[in-house]
Amino acid sequence: MTNSIAEIEEADVIVITGTNTTENHPIIAQRIKRAVERGDARLVVADPRRIDLVEQANYWLRQKPGTDVAWLNGIMHWIIKNNLHNKEYIDERCEGFEELAQEVESYTPELVESITGIPASDLIAVAELIGKSDKTTFLYAMGITQHVTGTDAVKSVANLAMLTGNVGRRGTGVNPLRGQNNVQGACDMGALPSSLPGYASVADDSARRKIAAVWGVDSLPSKPGLTVTEMMPAILKGEIRALYVMGENPALSDANITHIEEALDKVDFLVVQDIFLTETAARADVVLPGASWAEKDGTFTNTERRAQRVRAAVQPLGSCYPDWRIIQRLFQLMGFSADYASPEQIFNEIRRVVPSYAGISYSRLEKGGIQWPCPDIDHPGTEFLHAEGFKRGKGLMTAIPYKPAAELTDEKYPIILTTGRIQYHYHTGTMTRKCPSLEILAPEAILEINPSDAERLGVSDGDMVKVSSRRGEISLRARVSGMVEKGVVFTTFHFSEAPVNRLTNDALDPVAKIPELKVCAVRVEKG
Amino acid sequence: MTTIIETKKKVRLEIDGKTVLAPEGATILEAARAVGVRIPTLCYHEALSPIGSCRVCVVEVEGVDRPATACNTQALDGMRVATRSERLFNLRREVIRMILAHHPLNCSPCPKNGDCELQDIAYEYDLAPNDFGSYSIKTEEYPWKEFSTPILDYHPRRCVLCGRCVKVCKEIRGLGAITMAGPGALASIQPALADPESPSRCVSCGECMRVCPVNAIEERMGGGKGKPWETEKTATTCAYCGVGCSLELNVVNGKVVGVTTDDATGVNKGRLCSKGRFGYAFIHSGERLSKPLIRNEKGELEETTWTKALTRVAREFRRSIAEHGPDSIAGLSSARCTNEENYLFQRFIRQAIGSNNVDHCARL
Ligand code: SF4
Ligand code: SF4
Ligand code: FES
Repeated sequence: MTNSIAEIEEADVIVITGTNTTENHPIIAQRIKRAVERGDARLVVADPRRIDLVEQANYWLRQKPGTDVAWLNGIMHWIIKNNLHNKEYIDERCEGFEELAQEVESYTPELVESITGIPASDLIAVAELIGKSDKTTFLYAMGITQHVTGTDAVKSVANLAMLTGNVGRRGTGVNPLRGQNNVQGACDMGALPSSLPGYASVADDSARRKIAAVWGVDSLPSKPGLTVTEMMPAILKGEIRALYVMGENPALSDANITHIEEALDKVDFLVVQDIFLTETAARADVVLPGASWAEKDGTFTNTERRAQRVRAAVQPLGSCYPDWRIIQRLFQLMGFSADYASPEQIFNEIRRVVPSYAGISYSRLEKGGIQWPCPDIDHPGTEFLHAEGFKRGKGLMTAIPYKPAAELTDEKYPIILTTGRIQYHYHTGTMTRKCPSLEILAPEAILEINPSDAERLGVSDGDMVKVSSRRGEISLRARVSGMVEKGVVFTTFHFSEAPVNRLTNDALDPVAKIPELKVCAVRVEKG
Repeated sequence: MTTIIETKKKVRLEIDGKTVLAPEGATILEAARAVGVRIPTLCYHEALSPIGSCRVCVVEVEGVDRPATACNTQALDGMRVATRSERLFNLRREVIRMILAHHPLNCSPCPKNGDCELQDIAYEYDLAPNDFGSYSIKTEEYPWKEFSTPILDYHPRRCVLCGRCVKVCKEIRGLGAITMAGPGALASIQPALADPESPSRCVSCGECMRVCPVNAIEERMGGGKGKPWETEKTATTCAYCGVGCSLELNVVNGKVVGVTTDDATGVNKGRLCSKGRFGYAFIHSGERLSKPLIRNEKGELEETTWTKALTRVAREFRRSIAEHGPDSIAGLSSARCTNEENYLFQRFIRQAIGSNNVDHCARL
């Protein structure tokens, strides 16, 4: 997030898209609701599903799945045409405006209506609302990123935010809501194939040299590595022979899992470090039992860049070790020394390597979390980014044409399937499904289907249905509901009994390499 | 530049002889707290707007006959307030006696024993079970009532009908999934359903349980027993979504038995969702892996020692590097592990393996 969670309540207009906030980030949804109920903020929800926050929304834009770039361009079209953009801000802080203006020129409300299904009058009203407000905050999540055009959609949100001067001020911002607890931290720490800790590129010689010096090595590899979605095909091609998986369950979470299973079975050597024998661990050659979150010390960094302490409450179970100790042993067995006596010592090394963490220390964290960048020990941390301008000089606006989803419906697969989560479970359910309280609330996968589709297919509420795509089939229980539009069905990926990722498409966004989990063409049948 | 203009006017009043300058609109309770005068309360909760249902907080305002409830009476300029007198003591005592007539003071088997607002106030006002026998208007146990969610139990006899739970669900969750229904002292908390057929709006967050001053709302499948004084609380950060709520793991005898929060801490200020509050049982699940496993000749995973498992891993990695180069190995780190572990993992892949083939599931 460029801004902080607390600032959401300071906005005049809150635009949320691709996030069913009530289910995925309930605590943030409460803030949104409060701000709207107090009458301080107007709420715009752009989502194909009738999510809970639609009830509070002043405007609900129900776009067809995968058409985000089109409606965002449409909003910008109207704003520019009616001179509602923030010219001063753009002149001073941005570049690329001309190209953007040219691109969105053709996105008239009528055209956008024909692509997205959003009535032209609603689009205009929202454009006016955003264009005329002082502070608009944009919140989004995987609902817009998990598409082949995901990077485009994220850039479009940034375009709109810059166009209206909504970056670099309190109560505004471009705010992705991170799904998993430490996605932000994992990225900050350089668990990415093309960036080092602190986001310097692996191709950057001086950054590599600096880190190599801290690690006491002569050189580090400069060739960018493979992303998770590229690793699996690389295994099938015989290029990757050994895979080390720590705390992830790709055999359930990744798109087109039939393909993933093939890769996990093919790889010469698979080592999995986890607390449960997950679908992935069950395929491993060696399984290393890690300690659970309640059994270890460390830090997590939340979606607003706030580093916070994690503290061990109980001893590791059996002969489990915290993950850091296991990696440390492996370091030694590979002939390297990695002498850390505690997570705090590792953190102190992080402070030397990642400048934005330099001022954060365990003793400071005793008094509460700190938001990076925090360059030195006296720095209070940073509530919102880009206050003094953008890091790269000027904020780059990019012209982005709308491209349709990779997979379109046809006669055989006439319905669009979109996936997500519910609030009682988390990800592939390895933890939450072992908690009786949560399991009893949501014991099985549910397919949401619109009443008119249900009627046509002869499906009633509670029936078992078979859902198939070009890649596989699953069966699960149907819930007939107005949550989804006609022609769209929805389910979650928490349940291994109905692994929805047998169906999803592994076509990738060309830049972010995110698979198109949110759109795939399916057929639904009773039975 | 914006100049911040102090719009709030102040009022001057006297509480127990102390002069207080309070912002306009403050309640007598807030004004009293600001100068360190303690007024007992029961239904009042700092995170909520005043409820004004219990009358424990009564005070005397000069010139007004009827005692006023401090939690919801505005402090006015020139007011003279007394928080202590024999009359007030007796009034408060009477109110608590009425509640105790209804609430079994059977504290020893109650998990809230020692951390109970009703128990504290009964103690303060010198009330014991035999003080109110004659008030016992409800001698029979109620039939157990369905609550708004299957994961919480509601005990009508323990309920003091303060209304905090109803308020928190409405004000903080924005839901209104529960309501108080029934006559007077026989009222109880029930699911608020538009009609008996409609599903409960409850999202099982447990906020109602958090604010309950007694133990009237309880986790049905709680992690186990533990008295407050033998419970160790460890402050940590939730392991689920990216909001990063602060919470406390409650540990008894080396086992996590529950989750509590501190109203003043973290991004959540005491609030949690169902996963944060009830998603801890996996820690002690019988399905946890406790020993390293290795695949044997028969193709099955069998238990092994750390040395054997790790030596095998290191050997396979070395072999792959020697035969096919470092880029023949890839590592998947985890968005659920700590920063320290992610850092070390990528350092391992980059330094010990010599490849940038490291990623995590942020894209999923
Ligand atoms: S669990 Fe949450 S939603 Fe349900 S009644 Fe209690 S406060 Fe309301
Ligand atoms: S259940 Fe608890 S919070 Fe609710 S009215 Fe009864 S005593 Fe008060
Ligand atoms: S605390 Fe004031 S009426 Fe209950």
